[in-house]
Amino acid sequence: MADMTLIEAIRSALDEALAQDERVFVTGEDIGRRGGVFRATQGLYEKYGARRVMDSPLTEMGIVGVGIGAALADLRPVCEIQFADFIHPAFNQIVGEAARMYYRSAGGWHVPLVIRVPYGAVPGGGLYHCQSVEALFAHIPGLKIVVPSTPRDARRLLHGAILDPNPVLFLETKYGYRQIRGEVPEQDAPLLPGPARIAREGDDLSLFAWGLMAHYAEIAAGRAAQEDGLEVEVVDLRTLHPLDREGVLGSVRKTGKALVVHEDNLTMGFGAEIAALLVDEAFEYLDGPVKRLAAPDVPAAPFNRGMFDYFLPGPDDILAAIRDLAAY
Amino acid sequence: MPNEAGTRPSGRLSDDTLLEMYRLMLLSRRLDERAWALHRQGRVQFHVSAMGHEAAQVGAAFAINRGVDYVVPYYRDLAMAIALGCSALDFMLGLFARRDDPWSAGRQMPCHFSDRGRHIISGSSTVATQVPQAAGLAFAVRYRQRAGLVDPQDDSQPRLALTSLGEGSTNQGEWHEGMNWAGVQRLPLVCLVENNRYAISVPQTEQMAIPSVATRAASYGAQGESVDGNDVLAVYDAMHPAVQRAYRGEGPSLVEAHTYRLTPHTSDDDDRSYRSREEVAAAGEVEPLVRYRQTLLERGLLTPTLVDDLEAQTRNRVDEAQRAAEAAPEPAPEEADSPVLAPLPEGLA
Repeated sequence: MADMTLIEAIRSALDEALAQDERVFVTGEDIGRRGGVFRATQGLYEKYGARRVMDSPLTEMGIVGVGIGAALADLRPVCEIQFADFIHPAFNQIVGEAARMYYRSAGGWHVPLVIRVPYGAVPGGGLYHCQSVEALFAHIPGLKIVVPSTPRDARRLLHGAILDPNPVLFLETKYGYRQIRGEVPEQDAPLLPGPARIAREGDDLSLFAWGLMAHYAEIAAGRAAQEDGLEVEVVDLRTLHPLDREGVLGSVRKTGKALVVHEDNLTMGFGAEIAALLVDEAFEYLDGPVKRLAAPDVPAAPFNRGMFDYFLPGPDDILAAIRDLAAY
Repeated sequence: MPNEAGTRPSGRLSDDTLLEMYRLMLLSRRLDERAWALHRQGRVQFHVSAMGHEAAQVGAAFAINRGVDYVVPYYRDLAMAIALGCSALDFMLGLFARRDDPWSAGRQMPCHFSDRGRHIISGSSTVATQVPQAAGLAFAVRYRQRAGLVDPQDDSQPRLALTSLGEGSTNQGEWHEGMNWAGVQRLPLVCLVENNRYAISVPQTEQMAIPSVATRAASYGAQGESVDGNDVLAVYDAMHPAVQRAYRGEGPSLVEAHTYRLTPHTSDDDDRSYRSREEVAAAGEVEPLVRYRQTLLERGLLTPTLVDDLEAQTRNRVDEAQRAAEAAPEPAPEEADSPVLAPLPEGLA
């Protein structure tokens, strides 16, 4: 076992994937000599050279479009979009092209492409370095969306994403890169996108989250147990699309209550899909309203620190939401 | 072969090849005309035409290693697809949106070509999206060569990516970003611009401040050339050095083939509001099929009898393909809900 931060686990997975499969290469802005603005690829350029760890021209559309072409030619590109906020120029390549390729060619072509995307609020990031984009892409058939919240999951899910024959949007909580630490086995099997993880078992209510919010949810659930004697089941979804529907339903059938927490803004956020699923398929199990705790409907976390803290749900906010729903 | 052709790359094409190019241009044209007729009869929903572009497309296709090199075409490339080995039946199955349409099983509009075996990449209807993908395919070609996974001389492996699009599409960011990437990395990409002077209805003069798209190549460190796109051998002669440069690892090229769309943009368009009838008629005087036929007649490779025989053979092929496609089964309606994700490989599922 090794103790790693989230970013170290991601770097470790990239290193291993480059070592294991000659078809794997990584590209993106400043990922070569600079090692990435978050250092996700630090040391890899020196180890594998510019052919495998390749700085791209400054074009997100190009990073994804070239990645699609290389994937069609049976390479295994791992593309980095520097910040989720900058993914929008590549939206058409992801949504119109990669996601539709398999269906539109009747299975003739597929796109084994991984797009790594640091997302979410970070202090000092402002409106264009803090966006959460999962709901924009979760609506699109033909994409997989993975959002790990622990170092172990980040490493094995990144391996799984590279093995997956489909385009995978791999969302990384950048605020969690260095504040989330955990044990990572020396040898670990790849984990394919799909199953949710019960991060903490409980009978009183189900809490669904992903990324940084799953990490905060575990903290809040610990305090709820300690301070209130509430047993919260924390379900870290890990993969938003395809959603582990049985994992979601199974937990709520047990607890009867559901709280979804996301740092994406509320309206049309992924929490709405969870709520709709529960109302459709677990209605008779519900002992209360499906609650959503989310960021306000504004563009992203503001730059000012006070406004930032107001914007981003934290363990205190989650604990308050747990208490409210438990008391219902 | 006349002497004046001897120094041109096309001067080295065999008589059989020259005739094959004619046969393929003819087949594309007659399929295209049939599609228009079927649309006007209300028997098919839609058609997008290649009429007038056949020389540009066939000339380009014959300059690459057909069926091996990657091709990322656009929806106006029927003659290109035919030249790459797609059949009349393939086209008709797509036109009638049949279950066995090999390009998309009736999911996409006609002429959205896709053939994994022939290395033709499936395209969308959104213009220029294919250009960064073509750069990525060209990148993969070079990556494999440099990794020692393939021999750069091995012509059983793809050695370049050819992509094509209209001149209007070169105003899109995706074209620029894809060409720039290919230029800066010196990738084996050839971009064929089929300049038919209109982006649907907007003339080139209102799309760009330059008379020739080929001048844009300089921005990408690419070789750019303009050519008479209604002369199939001239297109071949312009494409051939571009392809050889790509094979030699000397970077991307742009070949601009000046041509004209003999029909409206699609079966849903009416071009009378934006093109004079005189202009369209004048274009018909220099259209590529008639011109190439004349060239081959002058060279003695075609005779009036052979011209008639080829017409009859082609009509039979079109008839047979149409009959077979019309009789072919429709997809089951619930196939609309077919998988959007590729299955996991054996051992992973």
